[in-house]
Amino acid sequence: MTSETAQSGVAIEATGLRKVYGDLVAVDDVSFSVGSGEIFGILGPNGAGKTTILEMVEGLRRPDAGSCTLLGEASWPRNQRLLPRIGVQLQASAFFERLTAREQLRTFASLYGVGPAQADAWLERVGLGEKADTRTEKLSGGQVQRLAIACALVHEPELVFLDEPTAAIDPQARRNLWDLLRSLNAEGRTLVLTTHYLDEAEALCDRVAIMDRGSILQLDAPAALVRGLDAPVRIFVAPHQVTLDEAAAIEGVDEAVDDESTIVVSTRRPSEVLAELAARGALEGLQVRAATLEDVFLDLTGREYRA
Amino acid sequence: MNTPRARGRARSPFWAISVAIVKGFFRDKASVFFALIFPLMFLVLFGGLFNFDSSAKITVVQVGEVSLVDDLPAGAREAFDETFDVTRSRDRAAALEDVRKGDADVMIEQDGDALVAHYTQADQVKAAVTQGTLRAFVDGANVAASGQPPTYSFESERVEDESLEAIQFVTPGLLGWAIAMSASFGAAATLQGWRQSKLMRRLQLSPVPARTIVGARVLVTVLIALVQMAIFLGLGFFAFGLQLTGWWWLSVPLLVLGTLCFMSLGLLAGAVAKTTEGAVNMANFLVLPMAFLSGSFFALDAAPAWLQNVSLVLPLRHLNDGMLDVMVRGAGPEAVVQPAVVLLAFTVAMTALAAKLFRWDAD
Repeated sequence: MTSETAQSGVAIEATGLRKVYGDLVAVDDVSFSVGSGEIFGILGPNGAGKTTILEMVEGLRRPDAGSCTLLGEASWPRNQRLLPRIGVQLQASAFFERLTAREQLRTFASLYGVGPAQADAWLERVGLGEKADTRTEKLSGGQVQRLAIACALVHEPELVFLDEPTAAIDPQARRNLWDLLRSLNAEGRTLVLTTHYLDEAEALCDRVAIMDRGSILQLDAPAALVRGLDAPVRIFVAPHQVTLDEAAAIEGVDEAVDDESTIVVSTRRPSEVLAELAARGALEGLQVRAATLEDVFLDLTGREYRA
Repeated sequence: MNTPRARGRARSPFWAISVAIVKGFFRDKASVFFALIFPLMFLVLFGGLFNFDSSAKITVVQVGEVSLVDDLPAGAREAFDETFDVTRSRDRAAALEDVRKGDADVMIEQDGDALVAHYTQADQVKAAVTQGTLRAFVDGANVAASGQPPTYSFESERVEDESLEAIQFVTPGLLGWAIAMSASFGAAATLQGWRQSKLMRRLQLSPVPARTIVGARVLVTVLIALVQMAIFLGLGFFAFGLQLTGWWWLSVPLLVLGTLCFMSLGLLAGAVAKTTEGAVNMANFLVLPMAFLSGSFFALDAAPAWLQNVSLVLPLRHLNDGMLDVMVRGAGPEAVVQPAVVLLAFTVAMTALAAKLFRWDAD
């Protein structure tokens, strides 16, 4: 973390952002702030307005109302002093046509006055050293995302925006990317990312803004959001360990249902219930599922989360 | 040595973007084909068709004594007769009329020590052969009279009009079309492609000013146009005997203006279309008919007057006229002024319109 931003403490201050397209209110009065060194997630289903918010924050779109400052500078209109301090990865693969991975990254480096050696170092860092001479069009989804992230970071920005960095890539590649993002954050960079994966927001973000239909519904740390939900923990007891009636009779159980002979127990006092189940020797094949952001979303919107 | 933080050897953004565009262009076989090879095929086709289609003998009307022809040695006379079918006439006016009507290809007479040939351009091939062959015989006769000051000289006078040998006419026109294609396609594809891939947005979020990016794209397109010109003139000169006239190099600035003009046309197509293919197709749709109407493929002399007037609203017509004038018609700087003004005006108007119609979002 650079001392300058550490002192100022606030990387992003967005106030009352609003964007309307015809009849559609894409973003409606959105305000939030992001502290330096945070990983901040904007979570929501497709069409929730995540990208529009991000583009207004980055200074790509003029808000119909509201304003945004990044690192103490207004992001709209285009601000040449600010731009070298931020790094951006856009949703589509924004590359020059028919260049190799190395050429792409060196070209982007040149836009920021950064030399080829540093560009090549970033190529290694994101694990594309072996793909240096491969054209961008021939890279896999995960490789393209990593190259885009390298292009966003090659000039060592303090504040990094990533729009759906793990969209359309396989689970293993996603986890590799999470490691990369965590390591970038560990160096003190502030990361803002949009995602429609609940597990990603939960695993990666210090704080999450849950969005739907252009508004922020809740904003907090993932764990706090789940705690605030007061949702029951669900315990799945394997078949033939206890009967439905026995389960329902356990102290602290709110509800017990038989789901194809697996007994599903809901409780807000999981330790007591688990102790009782242990005493009855019913732990074999038992699963515990705590509430997740998915439940938070269900609670907030009254409908199932669909990415 | 290289350190990861080395900043000293960074290319300038302008240079880096130019190099990226050049690489992108030359790695796209379709672009290279349509910009560089395709127009050349037309040059070879047209140059070849019109230049080597001579089978029939050339009919010559000889008026009065022409000592070069009359006094040819037996062997040379035979060679001469293989090319020319000579009839004699005493009526100079009637002979000229025959040539004018096309009943005879050429009329020759002797004026002092000069052999004067009157011919038409109705058949450009025959006209060229006549000129070349007669010149060769005159040269031969001069050599034969070695040691002496030249006894004969050769002059040719055109009877009909100022039209040109095929390659002379075809080269500037096809070059104009080639430039129009590559400049408009390049701009259309870049605008649409960069918008679709969000590269334009990405560049907007880099500290590089827009003028640097536009400048790089213009530079590359102009360089490609100059390469096209070099190839055209080289091939025309070495393969088809293209002869450039004194102020030909004025076609270079004209070509640059033409490139800008057709880039702006491509921008317009790119701003209106919804996909990259659509943008290129639209540019093609505008450029190809324009090339026909602007005399890129054949002279407009035979076209009806109204069509010729219509063609005057097309920028390519002015580019072609200007290049034709300075490259092969021997015109001077005055000939490029009007085309230059027209091309600039089109550039400004079409760029402004494209800027007005452009939308950031593809949908």
